[in-house]
Order: sequence, then structure tokens, then C-alpha cells
Amino acid sequence: MEIKSHISIKIPVSPSIDKVGVEERIARFQSRSIKNEAKKQGLNMVLSMIDLTTLEGKDTEGKVKQMCYKAKHLHNYFEGIPQVAAVCVYPSMVAIAKNELINSSVKVASVATGFPSGQTSLALKLKDTKFAVEQGADEIDMVISRGKFLTGEFAYVFDEIAAVKEACGKARLKVILETGELVTLDNVRKASDIAIYAGADFIKTSTGKIQPAATMQVTYTMLMAIRDYYDETGIMVGMKPAGGISTAKLALHNLVMVKEILGTKWLSNEWFRFGASSLANDVLMQLVKIETGVYQSNDYFSID
Amino acid sequence: MITFQLINMKKELNDNWDYSSSLEAINHIQLKKKYNLFIDGKWIAPSKNTYFKTINPANEETLAEIASASKEDVDLAVKAAQKAYTNVWSKMPASERAKYIYRIARLMQERAREFAVIESLESGKTIRESRDVDIPLACNHFFYYAGWADKLDYAFPNRKIESLGVAGQIIPWNFPLLMAAWKIAPALAAGNTVVLKPAETTSLTALKLAEIIEESGLPPGVVNIVTGFGETGAAIVNHPDINKIAFTGSTAVGKIIQKALVGTSKKVTLELGGKSANIIFEDAPIDQAVEGIVNGIFFNQGHVCCAGSRLYVQEGIAEKVIKKLKLRMESLYVGDPLDKNTDIGAINSKEQLQTIEKYLKIGLDEGTEMYQPKCTIPKKGFYCAPTLFLNVAQSSIIAQEEIFGPVLTIQTFRTVDEVIQKANNSPFGLAAGVWTDKGSRIFNLTSKLRAGVIWANCYNKFDPTSPFGGYKESGFGREGGLHGLSAYLKLS
Amino acid sequence: MSRLEVLKTYKIFIGGQFPRTESGRYYKPLDSKGKALANICLSSRKDVRNAVVAARKAFGPWSERAAFNRGQILYRIAEMLEGRQAQFVDELMRQGSSKVAATNEVNLSIDRIVYYAGWCDKYNQVLSSVNPVSSSHFNFSSLEPMGVVGVVAEQSTSLIGLVSLILPAICGGNSTVVLASEKLPLCSVTFAEVIHSSDVPAGVINILTGSPEEMAPILASHMDVNALITSNLETKLSNKLALLSVDNLKRKFDYEENWVEKEKQALHYISDLQEIKTTWHPIENVGGASSSY
Repeated sequence: MEIKSHISIKIPVSPSIDKVGVEERIARFQSRSIKNEAKKQGLNMVLSMIDLTTLEGKDTEGKVKQMCYKAKHLHNYFEGIPQVAAVCVYPSMVAIAKNELINSSVKVASVATGFPSGQTSLALKLKDTKFAVEQGADEIDMVISRGKFLTGEFAYVFDEIAAVKEACGKARLKVILETGELVTLDNVRKASDIAIYAGADFIKTSTGKIQPAATMQVTYTMLMAIRDYYDETGIMVGMKPAGGISTAKLALHNLVMVKEILGTKWLSNEWFRFGASSLANDVLMQLVKIETGVYQSNDYFSID
Repeated sequence: MITFQLINMKKELNDNWDYSSSLEAINHIQLKKKYNLFIDGKWIAPSKNTYFKTINPANEETLAEIASASKEDVDLAVKAAQKAYTNVWSKMPASERAKYIYRIARLMQERAREFAVIESLESGKTIRESRDVDIPLACNHFFYYAGWADKLDYAFPNRKIESLGVAGQIIPWNFPLLMAAWKIAPALAAGNTVVLKPAETTSLTALKLAEIIEESGLPPGVVNIVTGFGETGAAIVNHPDINKIAFTGSTAVGKIIQKALVGTSKKVTLELGGKSANIIFEDAPIDQAVEGIVNGIFFNQGHVCCAGSRLYVQEGIAEKVIKKLKLRMESLYVGDPLDKNTDIGAINSKEQLQTIEKYLKIGLDEGTEMYQPKCTIPKKGFYCAPTLFLNVAQSSIIAQEEIFGPVLTIQTFRTVDEVIQKANNSPFGLAAGVWTDKGSRIFNLTSKLRAGVIWANCYNKFDPTSPFGGYKESGFGREGGLHGLSAYLKLS
Repeated sequence: MSRLEVLKTYKIFIGGQFPRTESGRYYKPLDSKGKALANICLSSRKDVRNAVVAARKAFGPWSERAAFNRGQILYRIAEMLEGRQAQFVDELMRQGSSKVAATNEVNLSIDRIVYYAGWCDKYNQVLSSVNPVSSSHFNFSSLEPMGVVGVVAEQSTSLIGLVSLILPAICGGNSTVVLASEKLPLCSVTFAEVIHSSDVPAGVINILTGSPEEMAPILASHMDVNALITSNLETKLSNKLALLSVDNLKRKFDYEENWVEKEKQALHYISDLQEIKTTWHPIENVGGASSSY
């Protein structure tokens, strides 16, 4: 099957990256002190940016329904807690999720293209995508072909993303780079540039199925790619670190990075998401601690 | 069963998500109202009973009163140092000396936070720098040199090794505690005793160090701290019974000192000013290079002798680098040094701020283009926004003279030859930065740049094991590492 | 009525933990009056095997730590040993030392640990070099630790002989498997407790008690042990170990020293257990700029 090349924009040469230098910059972000009002606002933002996720072989209708309920009702004891941004499920569960989330602002994202490995034919990947879209997915999370990338077949990787973007129609496309398999920051930057120029609406770090997942270093590298693209073209691209962000503190460090690299335009769930499962409860506990001055326990927050 | 009250959460977001102020707690520190001189293990009043105020440059409030040491006080200190040297310190087995120095290092570590807060209060440097850089490096410097005390034979094989006697040391205000550590630690490890004068705007952490020295049980007179102004320093330089002078400060004063020592047998080391070149090649890892520029000139408000104050960027990427640099400067916060989010603290003194402003005016008069990001500057205290000068020429005054503030001059270059020549074209030679992805080019530059410290793909990295010092008018002698020992020894 | 003492159980030290020997065996070393000192673990080949596994696991992270950090940790060992001075003096006296000799031995051990702590971030400065090769290359040689070092402590002392061999090995970034003195094992176990409370990562030092006659050959023939150091070992056993060490080309050092002498601490005990790595990188010489001035 022939792939139609997307846009003939010249992909720029990706800059090389000095990892030690990156570590130093990250250390600066991590020493930012977010307190009081800034912390409350930050934590609220984090909640609104979470994509609750269930992507397991043993997922069932019941599991997905419960997760959708949590998405709308993070913690009933408070007024004004935002709803999460989206739920993320396999294509077979999209319709169920969609049904549960009617009349809410929570979106339904679906993985596709042979998630998580992507080791299947292009034809099947596109079919997978179209099915999810037809079932009602608002967003598609695809995986790039890491094997092709690592052997230097960048044009293939580019064209594949472009084709999936086309199959998405109105749905927004998140491109998962699986940074844990790319290993070096140079690779992460290159894959980011390819994905962005090929039409990604969001670039995402990981499938969450392998370690390491989202580290500050790869998130930083991807945010810089988005920054350069924006400076070049004026077009915004979103970013989603997925996996490994389980504490409110880490989430806030990520928001610090977004603010200082991209600016406050990106500080909304239209442009930034957290792929995390246990993050929500830690954030809630922190919020309650700020209000009451008392450290909290897991026993008082629902685990779904 | 505990029930919760319904709690209201504020819905509206501050559009900018400004960081709330996050002040370091200072209620745990202990500062006396008045400090005397620390001589012969005792706190004694200055002979002329003169004191001066030291202030917090962030808000101009007085922190304490400091004694002003006269020529007589200096003489007392030197005599105490001599006595301690002759009777105790030079007789003590080296391994025992080492253990005293280790004690000092460990005690400093235990009180690190207090040191960091006081350092920021008095010098204007951000609490983040004090806490994360200055204080740990100072502690580590003592720890490193402690280990050399009983191993000097290995540093200088086949030579007769003797200590010098009394070392007179004069330090600047830009890294107060760290400079005290750089001076005292190797002097003690080499078996000397010390008379040290901190800068008049930053005496407190040296005085707190004296408290640590008391606590450590170091024999009286081994370290003496005499606070005061230039006259106190001159008294030290001119004292006939001092065997070695170590000075860190401006080139102008360094020359005065060197002249004063002509005809004496005093050994001397000088660590003076700089106008270091930071060089960015087209193939540099560009975002890290931009970060390196920021580290090189805005770190510590630019009050760094080895600051990368002359930027040379290869023409092909100049526009991109400058654009990224300006963007990066948007997220630098100028403000209260005690706020953990401040990146650029207060300028150390009114005088220094005036000096910087003088150069800003010169730069504008010379026709260069000045850029400063929009930032809120506190109303009280001494502050300067991070500043760029673009389209600077090699002959501009601002590209030649040391400004000692957060001010960067930017020039472009085209070839390797050109930038080597331009970087070397200066009476200074303290440091240089080289940014390129090509290893062989790094070594080409490092062999040809005439500077004592060269940072490749990094800037402003310090370590107790790494020798630091300059070429040409940036001074001579090295501090840190094995090479830092020879300054304090008589080798025959 | 006098209070009943809780007697100490002497175990071995592997991977940061205190297991008993997997063989379950014990032996009773005697004091100078012929009275049994304690039930001491008679370690087996399997304990040696486990210790080597632990040492290998610990070696990577230990050798990669900043030299300064290692120095701080070694200094802390001295701090902890100083705190237990009385306990060690007591154990040495039970094993036949006079009070004066015991106090000297403990003080010397503490000071020797401080000595080696100070070397961690310096030995590379003294022994490395930038080599002036004739081609246009930057060429430097620096030291790297060998890996897992087997240590057969001398039989005639309980503490100082042990310390004198272990400290230079770990100062240089190696990890160790140590066989204690058979007749004077008490301090080796208590020293393990000092190590345990000193921030030394698990597995960097492993200490086994028992018969060196039985265990040393296991260590000497073990293909995953990179070096073997012994001290004042009788010739027959020493030669046996030398032969066994050949199969994986272990670096072997035998020190005939009186460790109680103050000068028996030096740089070469560290450098004996270091490899030398030399690296080349081109220095490009572009254009006409010269460095002569």
C-alpha cells in the first residue's frame, strides 16, 4: 500500500544534545520552590491535565466504567475539583468509555497502530486507527516504528506518522516515541522533530509498558523540540509525559519546565497532559494538606 | 469515622502561574550584634575600638557591627600566628594536623544551612547558590586538603618539603566563605598558620568560621581572623613577620601588593580579574551552550572573576543563539536573594552597582545595542537586570574592561583562527569556554587559548581537586588540587 | 544480684547483611588461657561464592561513585570505629592483648582509616599522567579499580591486619571478600558492624570467618575474583594460592609487613590494586593560529 507523503516541509537537522548540560538545567527546574497559592494552582492544573489510563490485557467493561466514574468524580468531598482531561483505553473499549462520559468534558483517547510494540503492517495500523475513530475516540495515541528509527529509516517513520494522521480525521493525534527504547537524548530529539513535522498534535514519551518511561530529561528534550518548531512556524504542539510521574512534586517540576520553556499558553490540558495512574491521589492529598495543614493517608482517598 | 468539611477550592488560575514567594527560613541562624577580632583563639576588641556596620544589600538593613582592625591588631594577630606556628603547629605530626582540618570540614557540614543563609544575607548572592554551590564546595575544600597534610611527600617527590610559617591572606566579597576555604585549607594542610582578612562587605561567614574553628579545638593562634578595610589589608601585606601573602581581588590592587613586596622574601600568589571568552561554534549543542552562557555570566550576579563575560558566537548561528538567549533570560528572576526562586540576587554593594552602571552607560555611549528582559526589580537594595550588549567591537571598552556584573558583550566570529586570536587578545587570561560537538576541535582550542582554566561544553565548574588560576594579568599561582599545595610550601 | 549479660552472636557479613554460614558449622577459637572465646561461624565454599556475588554486584556502583564521596564514607568508618573504641579494646584484650597494645592497635586502625580516606580523591592526581606523544593526540593515562578483590588477612592480629588490607582496596574503588584471622576472629565481625553503620554500600566489604586453609583456595581459584591480596601467609599455602590464581590471571600481592608499624600505610597499597587505562583523542590543528607566544 502506498503512503502519501504529508507535507513537503523540509525537516531541519536536529541539534545535538549534551546530556550533562541537560542534567544541569533539569537541576535548576527541580530547585524551583512552588509554595502556597502557586502550589494550589499548580496542583489544580495537574489534576485537570491527567489522562486516566487502563491498558491491560485483562481490561473489562466493568474496569473501564469504574475508571470513567473516577474521571468525573476524583474526590467527592471537595467542591471545585476539576475533572481529568481524558481517559485512555484500547480501541475495543472506546464505545463503553464514550457512553460513560457523555455530558462530561472528559475526552476519550484510544491507543492504536498495534500498541504497544507497533510491530505489524501499515495496513493493520491504519485499520486499527480508523476503527477507534469510528467508535468515537476524540484522540488517538499511536506508536512510532522504533526498529525502523533505530536503523536510520527516518523517512519511513515520518511517512507512517503522516498516514496515521490522515486516518485520524478530526481526532487529535498523539505520537508515542517510546523514549525508553530510543535511549539517547539525541534520538529523542530527532524522533520528536520527525513526529512534529509529520503532523503530530501531541508528542508523548512512552507506552508505559517499559522502563524508563517519562524522565525529566526526555520531557525537557521534547519540550525544546516543540519550542523550536513554534519559533519556526508559529504552530503549537502538545506534549504528554507518560509513566513514572507518580508524585505531585514531580508533576509540579514538569509544569515548571513547561512554563519556563514554552510559556503559560501551554499550561492547559489542551496542550499538556500527564499519563499517570496513581498521581491523582497524591495530588489530592497534597491539596488537602495545604487546606488543613495536616499530612494525609491513603486510606481516605479512593483507589480505583 | 472522620468526616470532612466541604472545602472550597479557588477556581481561577493566575494566568501567568507566577511562583509565590518562597523564602528560606532564617529564624534558626545565630548572629551576634557585634563581632570582635578572632586572635589567638579569643575574641578581642579592636585596639582603636572602631567598628563598622555590615548591611544586607537586598534591603540595606544593618546585619551586625564588625571590628575594624588597626596595624596594632594585625601585629597582635601575626605574633599569635607565629607563636602557634613555632610552638605547636610546626611540631605537630601531620596526621594529627589532618584530623583538625577534617573536624573543621565536618563541623561546617553540620551547620551548612546557617552558613548558607548568612552568606546570602550579607553578600546578596541567592540562597540557592549559597546552599547548593558555595557552602558544599567550601566544606569539600577543607575535606580535600585535610587528606594532603600527611601525604606531601607524594605531591613533591625528591624534594625537601617545609612549611613557610605565617600566611597573610586577603579575600574578596564574591564568594566569601568559599574564598576563605580556598585560602585557609591548603595553608593549614601544608603546616602554616594563618592571618586572614575577609572583604569589608562580607565578614560574617569568616567570623562564623572562626566559631567553628573554636569548636574544633584547633590550637589558638593557628587561624586568626582580622576584619577591616583596605588599611587592614595593607598592614598584613607590609608586616615583616609574614612569610607568604595570598590575595584574591582586583588586578589593580594585586599590582599594588606585588609592588609592595619587592625587596622582601615573602612568597606571593595572586588571583585577579578576568574578561573570559565564551566561544560557541556552529556545531555546539546549542541549547546547552545557551545555558552555559547564562551560567557563565549571570550566575552569582556576574560577580565572578572567571565569568564568561565576552561571548564569541560563530556568525552562522549568532541569530539563533541570541534569540534563544533572550528567551532564556525571560525566565531569570531578579529579586530577594533569600527567595529560593531567585536566579539573580542583589549586587554586593552600592559602589559595585555604581561601577556596573558606569559601564552600562559607556556601552550605550559606544553605540552598542543594549538588551535587558522585562523584570521586576525590588525598590530597596542594589539590583541590576541581566544585560546583553550586541554588536560589540573588539575595541569597545566594555569588551576589554572587567565589569563584574551580569553584563555580557556579544561578538561574532567566522573562523577558528579568528576566535583564538580575539579570545587571547586581552591582558587577562583567567578562563575560557569552548562549545562544540567536535572533540578534536576542543583540544585544538584548549592547546591554544591562553587561560588558566578552560571549560569545554560547560562553564563555571569548580572542584577542590581541580587547580584554578590565571595567565597574564589574571594572576599567578593555582588554588585547588595537587598544584595548589606548592604555594604554601618551601620546596628545595 | 548482678545483671545477666546478653551474649553476642558472631555471624558473618555478606551483602550488607549478617547471615550465619549456610553450612551451619562453627568452631571455637581459644583465648590465651585456653578458654573458648565464642562460637564462630566456620564459613564454607558456598559462603565464599555468595560473598563474591555480592561483591561483584556492589563493585559497579561503588567504583562509579565520585572519589570525594568514597572519601567521605571512609572517613565515616573512622568516626564509627572511634565511637566503639572501648568495645574493640575489650575484644582485643579477650583475645590476648595487653590494654596498652590493644589501645594502640585500635587508635592506629582509626588513624589508618583516616589516612586512606584522604587518598580517595588524590591518588589519581598523583599517578595519572598526560603523555606527550609525538602525534597530534591528546593522550592521558588514569587509574581504574580492578574489581572484586579477595583478601586473606594475616593470622597474627585481629584488627590492624584486616584494616590495612581492606582500606586501600576500597579507597581505590574495589569491592572485597575478606577472610578473617582464624585464631583472632572477634574484631573482624565487630568491624563488620562498624562498616554496616558507616554508609558503606552493601557488598563493598564482605567478611567471612573460618579456616583460610579451607576457603582461601576457593577464593584463589574463583574466576570472578580479579585480584588476591594476602599477608604474612605461610609459604605452602601461599604457593598453592598462587598456582590457583593463574587461571583467570588474577593479580596477586603478598605483603610481608608488620602492620603495627606506623609507616605501613602508603600509596602503593592502593595503586597495586588499580589498572591503568590510556586514552587517545585527536587534536586538530586547523588554520595558522599557533600557540607559541
